[in-house]
Parts: sequence; structure tokens; C-alpha cells
Amino acid sequence: MLCPVSGQRKGKNMKKTYKIDVDCANCANLMEEAAKKTEGVKDCSVSFMTLKMKVEFEDGADVAAVMKKVRDNCKKVEDDCEIFLD
Amino acid sequence: MNKKQKNLLARIIVAAIFFVPLYLISEELISVKIPRPALFILFLVPYLLVGYDILRKAALGIRNRKVFDENFLMTVATIGAIVLGEYGEGVAVMLLYQVGEFFQSYAVGKSRRNISELMDIRPDYANIERDGAIEQVDPDEVETGSIIVVQPGEKIPIDGVVVEGSSALNTSALTGESKPREVTVDDEVLSGSINMSGVLKVETTAEFDESTASRILDLVENAASRKSKSENFISKFARIYTPFVCYAALALALIPPIYFMATGMGNYASMGQLWRDWILRACTFLVISCPCAVVISIPLSFFAGLGGASNQGILIKGSNYLETLSEVTTIAFDKTGTITKGNFAVTDVHHNPIEAKKVLEYAALAECNSSHPISLSLKQAYGKKIDLSRVTDVQEISGHGIEARVDGIPVAVGNEKLMTKIGVKSLHCHHVGTIIHVAINGEYAGHIVITDELKEHSREAMAELKKAGVERTVMLTGDAASVAEKVAQEVGLTEYRAELLPADKVACVEELLKECKGNKRLAFVGDGINDAPVLSRADIGIAMGALGSDAAIEAADIVLMDDDPLKISKAIKISRKCLRIVKQNIVFALVIKAVCLILGAVGLANMWVAIIADVGVMILAVLNAIRCLFVKNL
Repeated sequence: MLCPVSGQRKGKNMKKTYKIDVDCANCANLMEEAAKKTEGVKDCSVSFMTLKMKVEFEDGADVAAVMKKVRDNCKKVEDDCEIFLD
Repeated sequence: MNKKQKNLLARIIVAAIFFVPLYLISEELISVKIPRPALFILFLVPYLLVGYDILRKAALGIRNRKVFDENFLMTVATIGAIVLGEYGEGVAVMLLYQVGEFFQSYAVGKSRRNISELMDIRPDYANIERDGAIEQVDPDEVETGSIIVVQPGEKIPIDGVVVEGSSALNTSALTGESKPREVTVDDEVLSGSINMSGVLKVETTAEFDESTASRILDLVENAASRKSKSENFISKFARIYTPFVCYAALALALIPPIYFMATGMGNYASMGQLWRDWILRACTFLVISCPCAVVISIPLSFFAGLGGASNQGILIKGSNYLETLSEVTTIAFDKTGTITKGNFAVTDVHHNPIEAKKVLEYAALAECNSSHPISLSLKQAYGKKIDLSRVTDVQEISGHGIEARVDGIPVAVGNEKLMTKIGVKSLHCHHVGTIIHVAINGEYAGHIVITDELKEHSREAMAELKKAGVERTVMLTGDAASVAEKVAQEVGLTEYRAELLPADKVACVEELLKECKGNKRLAFVGDGINDAPVLSRADIGIAMGALGSDAAIEAADIVLMDDDPLKISKAIKISRKCLRIVKQNIVFALVIKAVCLILGAVGLANMWVAIIADVGVMILAVLNAIRCLFVKNL
């Protein structure tokens, strides 16, 4: 469906929530840090209790590409983690 | 238990079965002169069995240049012990470490499930009647205005209005109230409540995403991502703690031996023994270097606290708000709808020279467009249908009242200030209540006395707040001072501010905020109607009875799902309990770790003590954290 709202959204800060899987609380903190450092990510919050990652993207960022990088960076700090990108 | 956990548990058990007897007879094995390499290989079996994944992750950590990773540290510590000939300790540390990991994963998974069960209001399907047959569909696909069928025992999937049937609803998941609610045709029903007795047909008034159940779930799930100061403190601490302990371990392994070598060996018989002793002490340090026990217990405490609160009908939008709430010492209240019921009723009409009915009629007509509770009570007292065509030029003057033309005659309805403003002398009324003066055609026509009832629990709630440590309770109201004073006295408030315009309330709250010094916080409680600016200005905005109001849910930090003022003290008690547990955990874990580090450094604690303390602290901290869930009887 073509709607003007989605067009407007591109200019605004995009926020998205992803399901994740990780085993320990400190690892979740490490993932949060790694994601925050990724280019294109404005802010990120990982909740170990709900196993969710909330990402706020920079203006005009390519969400899919950024999230792929976020996932790679998280895998570097915690091999066992997973971010479900869909 | 999931697959990963089962796998880990199996490995722990098998390794333990192999390791424990081996450890017990290892002295005998050495005395019968079993060769060292053979003994090494025997111990290597349980070590690799229980710890291979740790070794693998440690290797990956090195590749990614992450040396302060706990897997790496565990690996260094255990391999260090094994190289120095302490086979038993090396394996035991790995085994107990994994026991800790297993317990943590199990306990967290379990409480995660428990808490989400508490909030199990997500409906899985909706029943739609199509061609006489009932069909189950995804609630997402149901359009607004559809008719859905709710059978007894089912959850209402989408907000709506009953069009057929009557039943009792269990709304406890939404409001914490266990008494069933009777509904019948034309009653509004909220999604998330459970239909208990009869079949209901409901016309939906919202889409699934916009329904109460979805909104509440969204709110609760997002709450954990707003982190508290304690959580941020602990994650910062974890970032510093691990590197610090590691460098300390390195220093411990190098500096004392070099010092003793330079100063003549102290009590050590040989060089080998000297190095061995200090390297083992360094390995003990590494065992204590993992911050997981503290790190896990803090978010778990908050999560359990948020879950327990929402089960009681108190929605808290974030851990940070739970933390701030625990520091509240001043509470400002809106009067109408918060302390009083807000169902005003006209109790008297004092009139002269025209008759009472006429005064009421003009007042009700002038107020025809307003949805303020006072206007509603005027319309109710008038009792007849309002003929809108008789009213023109309606002008609402904020904080004063309304001016309008009724049948072409100018009418002013409002408080004393309005009368002064239009130059009409008003009579003072000796009755306590909200006094509405009416002027018709520039002449004073009389006044209407409107009173409001106190809520059942208002008095009790103030007493409870005092008990919970709230020092000041201040009522803010636009009403006359006489009404405010009466209510304040009856309920037991410490202060009141009367005759405030809506804008004055913000100023009042700002003034009160200034008076809150240090760690004292101010909360504002309102019913969410007209007080959004104040809700967002206070340190904590609490909206009550706000299930229906989007604006209130948006502006408030805490949403009470019903309008019982006792919930305010309950929320404060929950937050205090939760923060108390968080502090206990932080202090307890840090003290034990510090003690272990000191004892390890002076050689009084070996790796056994270190790992048992570490795992023990974690288990106790997690169990303590789960106590946050039990808030029903607070």
C-alpha cells in the first residue's frame, strides 16, 4: 500500500525493536555497547529480561544494512548471541 | 528447560560423576605412583567435557581481541591451576562455574516465564460469526465495527461494546481487582478481561493494535528498556571491575615473587614454590573477576518489580520510574477524580428573583458544549433534552466560567471571579461546595450549589502514604478555599492550594519541586483529564483510572488501571521494596567479592573458596531478586 506516512517516516528518527537471544546479563550489556558504537545507530537499549533490542537509527540510515552490521559487531563481543532480523 | 540448558545439565552431571570419585582417590593414585601424565589425562576428561564451550569462546575472544571476557578469564585461571599441578581445583572451578551458569540461565528463564504469565492478557484469536457459523480468526484481521463472539472462559480480544447477551467479566489481569464485573447490552468491555459466564456478542470499537490489551502489553514490554540509575551504575561498574581485577591478578603474579627474590626469599624453600604460590593466588583473583552475579540480579529485580506491580493494576513505564518513585516524599493531588469521585450533583439552588428551574435551565443551556463534570451535573439536574438552537455565542473563559446567549439574552455562568469581571455583584453563599453563580441579562439571578463525594478509600490512602514515608500531601484544586479546606481536613492532607487556574497548577508544582531538596522527589497524581502538562512536569506523573484515556497514558509515567487512591501507596511500597532488594544485592555481592579478593591476595582463600563464593552469591542474589515479584500483600 502506498501511503504518505511511510514517506514521512524516513525523515524522522526510526525506532525498531528486535528479538534477541543471549545467555548472560553482562553479555547483553556488551551487546548494547557494541550496537551503540555501530555506524548509523543513534541509540540502543538491550533488555536482558525481555530479550529485546530497541534500536534508534540515525536520520536516513539504511536500516537493513545497519542491522546487519550491528549483528556482526554483537557476534564479535558475544559469539553466542543472536539478533532476529525480520 | 530448553535444549541448551538440558545439554549443559547433562554435561555437568556426567562430568561430576566422573570427577568426584577421581578427586577423592587422587591421593591414593599418587601414592601408588601412577605416572603424572596418566593422572593429567584422567582429569582432562571431565575438564574438557564440562568446559569445552568455555575454551572455544575464550579462543574466539582472543581472535576478537577481547581479553577481559569472562570465558577467557575462566580459561586462564583453570589452565593456570592445572599447569601448576592442581588438577582437582582446575576441574572443580570449571565445573562449579558451569553449575552457576546453568542455575542463572534456568532461574532467569523461569522468572521470565512467570512474569509473562502474570501479564498473560494477549488474546490469541477472535471469533467471528460468518454465515451462521463461528470462525476463529487472527485478532489483527478484525476490522473496527465488526461483531465478535466471546464464549465463556475466553478472553475478550478487542475493545468494544456489548450488543447481545450479558455476563460477568474477570478483569483482574487488567485492574488487579478480583471482583467480577457484570456487563450487559450497551456496556463497554475492555480487551484482556475474561468472560466468565454467558456468551457475549461485542461490536468492536478499536483495532487490535489500539485495544487496551495490546497497549498495556506494549507498555510493559518497553518498560524494561528504560534503565534505572542502579542498572547503569552496575554496567559501568562491570566495565571497570573486570579489567581492574585482571591487572591486579597480573601484579599479584609478578610483583611479590620478584620482591621476595630480591629480598632473600622470605619463608619460601625454593624458587618454584614461590612462583607457584603467587600464581595460584592470581588465578584465584581471576575466578572472582566475573561480574555476572551482580549484573544479573539488578535487571532481574526491576523486571520482577515491574511485573509484580502490573499484576496489581499498576503500570510503571520504566525501571527508572520505579527508582524515582521510591524517592518520593511529596505528592501533589488533583482533587476532582483523584480524591473525590468527580460525580458532582446539584444539591441546592439559591435564587432571586426568578424561579429555581429557570436558573438551572439557563445555566445548563449555557454550559451545553462543555464536558466538564460540573457542566454534566448541571445538565443532569436540568433533566430535559438540551435544545442547542437556543444557545449562541458560547465563550469559555478559562478558570472563570462561560458566557453565552440563550434565546438571545446574555447569560454568564461561573464563579465569583466571573461575576466581578462582568460587573455583577454576587451574593456569598454559606454552603460548602462548588458555587456556580448565574447572571442573566446583566442581573444577578442566583447561585447553584454543587457538591462532590469523597472516594471510599481517600482517607485510608493518605494514612497509608504517611506510613510509607510521604511527608507532604498537597491538594491542588480550582475550587473555592472553603471546599478545599473541608476536603483536606476530612481526608487528612497536609496542605492544599485552592482557586487555581489550570496554568497555576503547573506553577504550583514547580514551586513544590523547588522545595524538594536532595534526593526528595515529587509525584503528581491526576485523573489524566486536563492535567497532562502537570503530569509531565512532576518528577513522576501518576494517572489514575486512565485505561480509557490515551493522552493520560502518554503523559504519565505510572498508570493506575483503576481509580482507587490506595494504589498510590501500594506503588510506592512496591518501589521501596524493589529498591531495597536492589541495594541489598549490590552491597552483598560487592562485599563478598571484596572479601574474597582480600583473602585471596593474602593466601587465606583458595580457588575452591573463590568459586563457591562466586556461585553462591549469584544464586542468593537471583533468589533475592525474585522476591520483588511478591507484592500482593504490601
